[in-house]
This record gives sequence, structure tokens and C-alpha cells, in this order.
Amino acid sequence: MRFDLVFANWELFAGGVWMTMQLTVLSVLIGFCIALPCGIIRARGIKYANGLVNAYVYVFRGTPLLVQLYLIYYGLAQFDFVKDSFLWPVLREAWWCALITLSLNSGAYATEIIRGALQTTPKGEEEAATALGLTRFKVYALVLLPSALRRALPQYGNEVVFMLHGSAVASIITLQDILGAGRTLNAKFYVAYEGFITAAILYICLTFMLVGLFRLAEGRFLRHLRIDAGDRISPKAIAMR
Amino acid sequence: MTRFITATIAAITLAGAAGAADLKICVEGAYPPFSETATDGSVVGFDIDIANALCSDMGKECEMLKTDWDGIIPALLERKCDAIIASMSITEDRKQVIDFSAKYYNTPGRFVGKDGMTEADLEGKVVGVQRGTIHQNFMEGEFPGIELKLYGSQDEVYLDLVAGRIDAAMADSIAILDGFINTDAGEGFAFFGGSYSIPKYHGDGAGIGVRQSDTDLRDAFTQSITNIRESGEYETINSKYFEFDIYGG
Repeated sequence: MRFDLVFANWELFAGGVWMTMQLTVLSVLIGFCIALPCGIIRARGIKYANGLVNAYVYVFRGTPLLVQLYLIYYGLAQFDFVKDSFLWPVLREAWWCALITLSLNSGAYATEIIRGALQTTPKGEEEAATALGLTRFKVYALVLLPSALRRALPQYGNEVVFMLHGSAVASIITLQDILGAGRTLNAKFYVAYEGFITAAILYICLTFMLVGLFRLAEGRFLRHLRIDAGDRISPKAIAMR
Repeated sequence: MTRFITATIAAITLAGAAGAADLKICVEGAYPPFSETATDGSVVGFDIDIANALCSDMGKECEMLKTDWDGIIPALLERKCDAIIASMSITEDRKQVIDFSAKYYNTPGRFVGKDGMTEADLEGKVVGVQRGTIHQNFMEGEFPGIELKLYGSQDEVYLDLVAGRIDAAMADSIAILDGFINTDAGEGFAFFGGSYSIPKYHGDGAGIGVRQSDTDLRDAFTQSITNIRESGEYETINSKYFEFDIYGG
């Protein structure tokens, strides 16, 4: 076992952790910005727009992340009109290609999470808000979304962990993320086990950090849904809340 | 149900056993013209022809196992295959982990870039190399100031060179010539700079990798390389791919 090589190359792994965190956090944030309007469109079934969003979600949930990355990184570069366009300075960079792919992928999954949470919101919440004279925008901004997004938290936590693990595909397009660091160690010193077990441990640590953060957030934002000891409420009543 | 599972497991095991050959050879399949994947999924090229010639000279039945470059030495060490015939250069670093036969060819490394580029233009540019190759070590040692991009396979280096994500690539001259410059994709690209063959980085040519414990197999390969050189079979294979003898001095 040559774990000394891992320690001697700690900067490689530190850089890898930073790269992985950048890609994960940014793609989840951008994905959320995509998913919020898309989720509402899906939940309301808005004409035309719904079909478009549906197609987007279908494509990105229906194909492997790796294939999406290959299409965006190697595929688009094949067309001269892409290379001549104003987008090329962005698409030229592996980092941007990875971020775009991960964001679109995360956005597609999150759209369905938000749609589900909105559709399971009790009808009464919307009716009560409308009865109070709130505008359609305010009904969503003040009542429906805060309620739906809270209930979406556990599922969203899953999605973020999935993105963290999914970001490992970035190492294929020359980016030095955590897996990339492991691969470089392996290629240079032929230590497959040491390099990849280090990568695995780093991923586990990051995963537990994320899971912990979401647990904290759930504790705070879902407090009103928690069943406390001694609380004698029937399950049906909880669903009504 | 149990019977079904048992039958399935038996079928899988048998299918695996049916393919058992005397020797399993790790090849790469993404390094034309030495080794490339044909449209039907089989691996063809100079390395594969040499492998077959060596096997028949030794009177052994060989099975080619397509393996990614990154995992090719681990695959040998983990006994997934018994030898590597993948244009692997004989270097001191690798000799710490595996053993090599004598070389079966030796060609220098060169830069490739847009027509008219020179080595002086490299300043501030990005050069692509395949990760874990002698060319990576060479670039890090001799051109430390130049940004390197590391790829899993040589094919991906060419893709990004054409796409313009990298300005130049450093690789084996023959691999570049037949795998890139002489193809449609390589139009408008040319060699530039010197021909590099520095033993410290480039080693002593490409050899056949075997486990350090398999000294008999190593010697058998070395002997067979001499045999096919003498019998003219090497020349036949060589002329199928190249216009000159790539065995080297």
C-alpha cells in the first residue's frame, strides 16, 4: 500500500474536492432556477409550455448523464456553426460544458420534484389564499411555493447527493475533480486502489456533509409537519394540515 | 426458481469458460493505426497483428481483451490478462511495477498543430497529451511552463485539437501521422518542432508488458520478436501500415 503517494499529492486531491464542490453547488443552484418555473408549468399544465417542458424533462431524465456530457462536449464541437458562434468561448471550456450538462440534468429531475410537491399541496391552501384576495402571483409566492418547497426538501436532498456523484463524469472531459485526481494518481504511479479509495472516502465525506445540511434544514423547515410524542393527531389530520 | 438461478449461473460460468485461451492479451483500441476499434467492435491494428504473429510463433492461442489505457497495468497485475501489447514504452517507472520484453518498435514523439505552427509559438498555449504516457512526462519535464490537458485516450486528444480546445498535441509521431494527419480530420494540421527520443522520458521503445514473476513469458516474447523479424512476418505487417521500417535502430 502506497498511501504516502496520496499524501505527497494532497494538492491534487484538494483541488479535486474544490472542483467537485464548485460543479455540484453551482449546478444544483442553476438547476433549481430552471426547475422552479418548469415545475410550476408542469403542475398547472399550462398550454404549449407544458409540452416543451415535458420534452426537456423527458430527454434529460431518459438519457444517461454521460451521454449528455459527450453530446455537449464532443458533439457540439463537431459543428462549425457552433464553433463560429458567440457561444464558443463558453463551450470551448470543459468546465462550462460540465456545468451546463449537470445544471440541465439537475433541472430536469428537480422539475419533477417541484411538480410533485405542488400537485400534492392540499387544495384548501390555494382556495384559502384566493379567498383572501391574493393575486395569482402572490398565491404562489407566499403560500403554495413555500409550502411545496418545504415538503420537497427530503427529495431535493437526494437529488443534490445524486448530482455530487454524477459530477464524477467531469473527469472524463479533462477536468481534475475528485475522481480525476484519483485517475491521475493511478496513471502516474499505477496505484489504482490507493487513488480510488481516497476518492471514495472524499465523496463519502462530502455526501455526509450534504445529508447533514439537509437534515438540519428539514428540522427547521418541516417542524410544523413533525409528529411530536404525545401528539394525538390521526394521520388523516396531518395530511390535512 | 432456485433451479432457474442455478441454471443461469451455470450458463454464465460456462460461457466464460468457453472463451478461455492460453494467453489473454490486453490491447487498447483507441490508438490508431496501432490499435483501433473497427466498426464491428473488434480491435484491429499493428499491435493486434503483431500480437497474433507472436502468439502463432509461440504456438499459443491468444484472446485479445480491450482495456482502457488507464486500467491496463492494473488489469495485468490483477491477472485479467497475461500480457500488454498496446504500444507501451519501456520506461524505468513502469519497470518498477511490471516487466517488459525487448522492444518491438521505436518511434520518436512529435508535436502536431495547425499548419505553420512552430515550437516558439507554444508559449501560453494549451497542449493535449494522453494521461499517464511518456509524452505527459516529457512535457512536464521539458516544457514545464506550458498548460497541459490530460485525456483518457489519444482519440479524444485529436477530437479536442480539431475542436480548437487545445492548440497542439504531443504524441508518438507515427500514431499522429497515420491516426490523424493522414485522415480527413487531420486536414490543415502538421507536425512541428523536433523529433524527441530522450531515454529518460521516452524509454527504449515499445515493448510487451508482462508481470514481473513471468520471466519465461517475457523471454518467450523477446524470442518471438526476433523470430518474426527474421522470418519476414514483421516486415509484412509493417508494410501493411507504414511506408518505412518502424523497428528503429
